[in-house]
Amino acid sequence: MKFTILVNEGPYQHQSSDSALQFIRAALEKGHEIFRVFFYHDGVNNGTRLAVPPKDDRLIQNEWSALAEEHGVDLVICIAAAQRRGLMDADEAKRQGLDANNIAPGFRISGLGQLIDGNIEADRTVVFGD
Amino acid sequence: MSKKFMYVNRKAPYGTVYALESLEVVLIAAAFEQDVSLAFIDDGVYQIAKGQDTKGIGMKGFSATYNALGDYDVNKFYVERESLEERGLTEDDLMPIVYEDEDDDWAEKPSVKIVSRAEMAQVLSEQDVTLSF
Repeated sequence: MKFTILVNEGPYQHQSSDSALQFIRAALEKGHEIFRVFFYHDGVNNGTRLAVPPKDDRLIQNEWSALAEEHGVDLVICIAAAQRRGLMDADEAKRQGLDANNIAPGFRISGLGQLIDGNIEADRTVVFGD
Repeated sequence: MSKKFMYVNRKAPYGTVYALESLEVVLIAAAFEQDVSLAFIDDGVYQIAKGQDTKGIGMKGFSATYNALGDYDVNKFYVERESLEERGLTEDDLMPIVYEDEDDDWAEKPSVKIVSRAEMAQVLSEQDVTLSF
């Protein structure tokens, strides 16, 4: 089965990122396809490369990047939600005249149309949120 | 191919950003020409309550946007009766949201439909994509 995943909550604040990661790994293991993971609301904070949790804790953002690298999972951060919360890739930072960017490897920033497209293309959409 | 999309609105309009950002997704889905419905349950019923005024909290009000959704062919607003009753609200406390029916000489019709919890479950079961905010 082909899945689109929507992650609506930020890492650490809420378990939805961990649950989504566990669901995706289990689905891939069973031979399912993850068409896209879309990050919305505070979920966009899953895509920062500047998180430094305590050493004995998991680094959620790295787990997403690893998923993209190992399985080619498409990780898309909503641009409107990202702009509100200060998530920037290099192009967007330049466009906005900002002096830094903070997006983690494997993520890309795009529009809400990518969510709707994912909903249309996938057999099932699974929402992880509050 | 068009799918049946349902946006489930469960949160009050202010206090968290869910309602505003949900509305932004609804507008994009409408642009993709999908069959879009909205459900209002729990505190979500406050999103379409009459007479909202955000001046005192310093936030931009967006309640007028719900009334504009009819222009994007978004005209199925399912509101759960039990959620209204639990909050001491009736249909009269909701904004009179309408759309123009192109199949009926552009007659103005109400978008809001009050349904029971059981009917809401039935409507939800008929959807292809359910996004909960």
